[in-house]
Order: sequence, then structure tokens, then C-alpha cells
Amino acid sequence: MNSDIYILLILLLPLLSFLFIGLSGRKLSTGMAVSVGCLTLITTLIFSIAVAFDYFFVKGSVGGVYAPQIVARFEWLRFSPGMSIDLGLIVDPISVMMLLVITCISTMVNIFSIGYMKGEERLKSYYAYLSLFTFSMLGLVLSINIFQMYIFWELVGISSFLLIGFFFNKPSAIAAAKKAFIVTRFADFGFLIGILILGTGAKTFDFLTLIDRLTHPGVALDSLTGSGFLGMSCLTWALILVFMGGAGKSAMFPLHIWLPDAMEGPTPVSALIHAATMVVAGVFLVARLFPIYSISAPEVLQGIAYIGSFTALFSALIACAQTDIKKVLAYSTISQIGFMMFALGVAGWGEGHDEGFTASMFHLFTHAFFKALLFLCAGSVIHAVHSNEMKDMGGLRKSMPITHITFLLACLAIAGIPPFSGFFSKEAILSAAAHGNPPVFYVGLFTSALTSFYMFRLYFSIFWSKPVDAHAHNHEKGQWAMNIPLILLAIGAVLAGLIPFGKYVSATGKAIELPIHVMFSVLPVCLGLGGILVAAFMYKKQNEIPQKVTKLLGNFYEAAYKKFFIDEIYLFLTHKVIFNLIGRPAAWFDRNVVDGMIQRTGSTSVNTSNAIKNLQSGKLQGYTMYFLGGVIVLVVLILIKFL
Amino acid sequence: MEQVPLAHMLILSTILFFIGIYGFFTRRNMITMLMSTELILNSVNINFVAFNRYLYPHQLEGIFFTLFIIAVAASEVSLAVAIIINIYRKFKTIDIEETDTMKY
Repeated sequence: MNSDIYILLILLLPLLSFLFIGLSGRKLSTGMAVSVGCLTLITTLIFSIAVAFDYFFVKGSVGGVYAPQIVARFEWLRFSPGMSIDLGLIVDPISVMMLLVITCISTMVNIFSIGYMKGEERLKSYYAYLSLFTFSMLGLVLSINIFQMYIFWELVGISSFLLIGFFFNKPSAIAAAKKAFIVTRFADFGFLIGILILGTGAKTFDFLTLIDRLTHPGVALDSLTGSGFLGMSCLTWALILVFMGGAGKSAMFPLHIWLPDAMEGPTPVSALIHAATMVVAGVFLVARLFPIYSISAPEVLQGIAYIGSFTALFSALIACAQTDIKKVLAYSTISQIGFMMFALGVAGWGEGHDEGFTASMFHLFTHAFFKALLFLCAGSVIHAVHSNEMKDMGGLRKSMPITHITFLLACLAIAGIPPFSGFFSKEAILSAAAHGNPPVFYVGLFTSALTSFYMFRLYFSIFWSKPVDAHAHNHEKGQWAMNIPLILLAIGAVLAGLIPFGKYVSATGKAIELPIHVMFSVLPVCLGLGGILVAAFMYKKQNEIPQKVTKLLGNFYEAAYKKFFIDEIYLFLTHKVIFNLIGRPAAWFDRNVVDGMIQRTGSTSVNTSNAIKNLQSGKLQGYTMYFLGGVIVLVVLILIKFL
Repeated sequence: MEQVPLAHMLILSTILFFIGIYGFFTRRNMITMLMSTELILNSVNINFVAFNRYLYPHQLEGIFFTLFIIAVAASEVSLAVAIIINIYRKFKTIDIEETDTMKY
């Protein structure tokens, strides 16, 4: 079994499908485009399962370590004999895991879209964009080189932009697409500077060499730690800037503002890009460079832990107050990515400390299933109700039985109730935090209670709340394209946690144990159940309690509902501060000094020629008169001179 | 043999020259203006011949120049008349005041 060919095909098939659907124009029928898109992804899914099987079981671990393998590599840009940018494909535990997640969720979303986007005029472009996204995301995780990763990173950004703005006749969708692009672009600017600092310091862009040079004492490490800027060493700066890029994509506070708005895109896209795959790219980036972070710059990692835990808590609070179901899910996504980030942040290097790394990757894996499932269920509900607002829903459990059951399973998984998948990964994260950083642990504990509260608030508001309409017809009949992905993902969301994840994915490649301590688990599970009970008490039947609680919380509720005014702060900063203090003076200078000089030159010559153009009158005798006058003047001059 | 003094020749050519200039500026008809330029050329011819005869009687450059000028004037007339005919075809007139479209 030659898995190298498979990996190349996994990467190339979505690209070919994008080119085929995107370039074939009107001749291609919509059905054809849809089947090409779906079949390509099913093929890549099969290939990635084969690759994963081959990597983990056929080749297996050498001496207990899953070593990274370079599958393909060729030189692309050479700067100097020692420094060049190569393109290639790497296979290691985290990239294989991401391969599985991406192809699996992409396939489900592609199939779901057949039902959800039915009748959409630009369905072909939609499938082309989905293929482009899958290609760039796969390229991102398979990159051998931080620069190559940056290229795919931007490609992912552009496909996200295209898909958020898919309904381009809706002004809010355009604004959201622009916002997402600008915010992540701003963050990527930091990422690029970080890459350049790392690259010039280590004289390489290659991940494996980079990690090797920056974790062992040597010239490269000395040159980066020796020089500093504003009291921090260059290495610290570079890693902070690289993390900034990751924070932009992964919607960490304060760069999270684009993700809730990105929900303007079609719901399956939200499931794929803005919940399961693209937004975890930042986590993946930190995981990729984890040895450098943990060995050479543990202080940055600690900062990541604080940012992650703050983001998790902050967005969980906002999620409790939102009424748009996709916004609730968006903030819950931010919160869960916060969990993954702080799990990485609390991890250290070496035996017994790197539990957090595995926990983070584990949570990434399980989260992809249940969050994609939640979004697809939300898509189903929106498809049936034609509204995003909770108040338009309620009592849907009879008319949408499959959605109801799968949504419940996903909620139980995200709330961390055993034996669903979220329980295992969240326990691992919390136990890593309890060992590594107790304050972060308490924040995480409180946030996980909030998580189960807002998820079940959502669940009860959609499916209970109002009395069931006895005459309601079943919305799901004949919607096989939407129901099958729900069922498959539900199976994943329930069972993904049973995988002995620590055996396969760890920071060093050595298998580690992710033990379940029964005593330790009691508290988080009880808190989770408590959140569910509170939500059931408040939202299962329509009653006055939510209003009373809202009144009781007063301004705090208002602030959470308004997303703690972060958007307003950004608007104030950009419009009032940056536009007025920098933009306007710069525009004045440009208009009056830079442009002014050019304008003045032009207008002067125009005026002069206007003034003298009447000399060319077209009258022959007039010209001769000037000529004669000139001759007379010359004669007079000559006479004066010589007489 | 009593000779006509040089001054007389020069006075004649000057008068001829200014008649030409006057005609060139006052006439509106292109043919008349062309005739005026011929007058100017002829006054120059007289100058050449006169100076040649009175100052350097043993040389012939002045007379050669005169012959050249006559030849050039003849070809110039043929060109000018061709131009005037074309102008007439376009404007239906050969009035210099009305053919002033070649301007800014």
C-alpha cells in the first residue's frame, strides 16, 4: 500500500474539483457539479482513512514514537545556499488527525448542502468554493514549511471570505465578509512578521529543522534570544506575533469579533469553516510549533493559557444572552476554542507535563464532530422555520424528530456528560489545567458549567418551550441529504471520545495515558448537570423566570447581550481615533501636498497655453504681420548696432 | 555711355517691394496675394542684378541667383495654385479671411 500517492491525491482531488466546477461555466449542469463535489470529497475521505490506518497501524510507531514523515518535497525558492523555501507534504499524528477531521466534516457538509441549498441559483460556485476551502485547509495541515503554511493560511482566509459573502446581495453578508477578511488579515500581518523573524533567526522555514534549531542551544537560538526589543527577546516577539496570526483565525479575544458576524454565510458553511475546521487552524499552528513554545518560550505559552481561558469565559457569558441561535453557537465555538488554547497553554514539555497538548488535540477532534453536528442541526431548524431567532421556534420535537435527537446528543457531548465524546476531551483538558495552572482550571470549570447552561437553553428553546403543535407536519420527510449527515455526525459525536487518543497523538510522539479519575470527574460532571437542570427549569416551559433573571442581572445582562460592547470599542477606535487622528491628516497631506504639486504643475501649463493659444489664429496675414514686425525689429537692431 | 545710377535701381526695387508687401496685407484674394509675393521676389531680383552689374561687373553670381529665384518662383506658383484649387474645392471660396480653420 503506497500511502504517499494517496496523500498527494487527497490534496489534489479537491483542487481539481474546484478547477473543474469553477472553470466549466454554464455548460455544466448543477446536478453534475454537486455530484462531482460530493464524490471527490467522499473519495478523499476514504483516502484519508486509508492514510490514517496506514500511518498508525501498518507503519506504526518506531520504538513507541510516531515520527513525522516527509512524503514529498521539492525546492521552490532558493535565497542562498543554506536557505530556501521548499514545498512538500508532512505526515505526523496531528496532520493525520486533521486530515480525518477536515475530510470527514467536509463530506458531511457537502452532502448536507444538497438539501439545504436546494434551488440556490449559484450552487455551482458554492460547491467550487467548498472544494477550494477543503483544498487549502488540507494544504495547511500538510505543509512542511511555515511559509507554505502561510500561503494556504491565506487561501483558507479567501475561501472563508467568499463563502461568508456568498449571499452577496445582502448588505450584512458583505459587511461580515469584509470584517472577517480585514480582521484576520490584520492578524496575519503579525503572523508574517513572526515568520520572518523566525526565518531570519533560524535560517530556515522548515518546521522540523526550525523546531530542532530553536529547541536546542546553538547559534540560531542564541541569535534570537540574544537580541531583544522593548524588554523581550526576539524569539518571544516572534512567537507572540505568530500566535497573533493564530488568534486571528481562531477568534481569540480581542480578535474574535469577526466570527459571530461570519454567521451571515450559509449555515453548512458555518458548520464547516467557522466551527469545525478553519477556526481551529490557530490551535493547530500553536500545536505545530509546540516544542518551540514549550521549551524556549514558556512565558508566551502561559500568556496563551490566560488569553484562552479569558476568551472561553468571556464568550460563554455572551452566549448565554444571545437570542439568534447561530450567534449562540458562534460564541460557544469561540469558547470551546478557548478551551483548546488554554489546554495547550497549560501544557509543558516532557514526561507528565504534556497532557494538555494531547487534551487540546483531543478536544479539537471531538469538538469538530459535535459542533459541526450542532450547526447542521441549526441549519435544519432554520430551513424549517425560516428564522434564526429563538422566539420563532419552540415545540419542534415532534415535527423534527431526527434533528431533535441528534441535537440533544450533541448538546450532551458539548456539556461533557459521560459517556459522550465531549466528556473525555473536556476531562482531559480540565485535569491538565488542574495540574498546570490552577486559576485557569477554575475558570475552565466555571465555563464548562456555563457551556451546559447555554447549550441546553438553546435546546429547550428550540424543541420544548412552546406546546407541540399536534397538526404540524414532519419537516424532515424526504430530506435524506440533510438527515444522513446528522445521523453520521451524531455517531461520531457520541463515540469519538472512546478512541484512546493519547496513544496516537502527543507532543513527543510517545504514547501517553489520558486517565479518567473518577473522583476528579465528579465535580465537572455535576456542574454540567447543574447547568442542564437550571436551563430546564428556566426554559422547558414558557414562564416568567427568564424575565425575572434578566431584570435581576440588569446591566450585566444588557452588556452580555450587546457582546460587552467590543464591536463599539473597535468602531470607536477605528472611526474616531484612527480615522480622525491619522486618516484625515494623511488624506489632507495627500490631497494638498502630494497631489497638490502635480495639480499645480498641470494647471499652470493649462493656464499658460490658454493664454497664448489665441496667437494661432489661422489667419495667414496675421502671421505675416508678426513676421514683418520681427524683421523690422531685427533691422532696427542691426542699424543701431552698426551705425 | 551714360549709365542709370545704382540708386535709381534700388529705389525702383524698394518701391516694388513695398507695393508687394502692401498687396500681400491688404488683398483678400489668394491669387492676388500670390501675385504680390511675385512682386516681392522680382524686387529682390532687381537688387541682385543691379548690385552684380555695379559692384562686381566681372562676376555672374547675382545673375545666377536671379535665375534660380525665377525658377523657384515658377515652381512655387504651380504649388500655390494647386493648393488654392484644393482650398476652393473645400471652402467654395479663396478668400483668405474665411479659410482660417487651421488654428488652435
